[in-house]
Amino acid sequence: MDFTLWDIVRNLLAGLQWTLLLSLVAFVCGGIAGLLLLLARISDSRLLRGAARSYIELFQGTPLLMQLFMVFFGIALFGIDVSAWMAAAIALTLFTSAFLAEIWRGCVESIPHGQWEASGSLAMSRLEQLRHVILPQALRIAVAPTVGFSVQVVKGTAVTSIIGFTELTKTGGMLANATFEPFLIYGLVAVGYFVLCYPLSLSARYLERRLHAPA
Amino acid sequence: MAYQFDFSPVLAQGGLLLEGAVFTLELTLIGTLFGVAIGVLGALVRAWRLRPFDALFGLYVELIRNTPFIVQLFFIFFGLPALGVRLTEWQAAVLAMVINLGAYSTEIIRAGIQAIPRGQLEAAAALAMSRFEAFRHVVLQPALSSQIVIVMLGSAVCSQIATEELSFAANFIQSRNFRAFETYLLTTALYLVMAILVRQLLAWFGRRALMGRR
Repeated sequence: MDFTLWDIVRNLLAGLQWTLLLSLVAFVCGGIAGLLLLLARISDSRLLRGAARSYIELFQGTPLLMQLFMVFFGIALFGIDVSAWMAAAIALTLFTSAFLAEIWRGCVESIPHGQWEASGSLAMSRLEQLRHVILPQALRIAVAPTVGFSVQVVKGTAVTSIIGFTELTKTGGMLANATFEPFLIYGLVAVGYFVLCYPLSLSARYLERRLHAPA
Repeated sequence: MAYQFDFSPVLAQGGLLLEGAVFTLELTLIGTLFGVAIGVLGALVRAWRLRPFDALFGLYVELIRNTPFIVQLFFIFFGLPALGVRLTEWQAAVLAMVINLGAYSTEIIRAGIQAIPRGQLEAAAALAMSRFEAFRHVVLQPALSSQIVIVMLGSAVCSQIATEELSFAANFIQSRNFRAFETYLLTTALYLVMAILVRQLLAWFGRRALMGRR
């Protein structure tokens, strides 16, 4: 069977859609989980803080590939048949939440302590302090590094090809085997990721410059 | 859960896992030495705006930082033979790690150079510190240590081109004893220990290099 260049590009674009979808799911779900994790990480309870810290350490200190395998084979232990897509989405969500929580913790901690004291003196509860005083200010600082981290999420999706999720890298691998043109195909695959990631990198840099402009 | 955990078939192959772990550490060591060397060179070229090399390094940094490591690895291992460049599994793995870390460390060290106010360099000179000593502070920074750990953990995907590192050993063992979960659980734990150790080692090395002999 012969592949024209258009056949190759068409198939890669189909794979790229799955890369994009997985990135979005992981980023949105990871963001929500990351926010909960952040609340635990900076809570009053020592137990919650410790648990959140261990979780973050675990996901930042082990390869994403192993996390994927653990989810993939771990869920199977319960007798649940898990698809590559589900395993990929769950593992990447967990991975993303750990990194986002740690990034956001840095942003919350960069808010001057006086802001906590001032809002505390207004008899606000801890959650109210976060909701009305701390998080709105931390959010401003958090935008640039959060957008920057989204690049890592998009690149992370490539690892899911190993458990058989047919995204861009996996599609490229199958095409390379069928056409015997790995140089061309992996080159195009790289271009595909670059097209997704470079605008994100540029936006992160632009946002950082905007927000950290010297007053 | 009716599943019975059984770690003994994995532990029986513990030697293979340790060999894999040692090979991962070796790959990381070589990758770090050459990667950071590229980073120092790239950062200086970029900071001094040496044309046309600064633009080339800029392109290199953007290309590498905006594509996944596994695609870089596949391109080197499967793609380059088309140009007549044939590498063994471990050579391809090392090359990919060097190129990857080289790009990140170029950016990290360059940012470090830019962040030093001029007065600090003058202060360093006033304290009779050589330029080299002042530069060491720029290179040996926490951001670089984190990136080295990230590259080490990322090297797990090298098992896909049959580089016989830690995750390759894990794949090998679980394909024989069918204890996938137990095998990967132990392997994950091993990676975690390695990440913590390497981080501590780099922090110790950084302190020692910066504060003098302790």
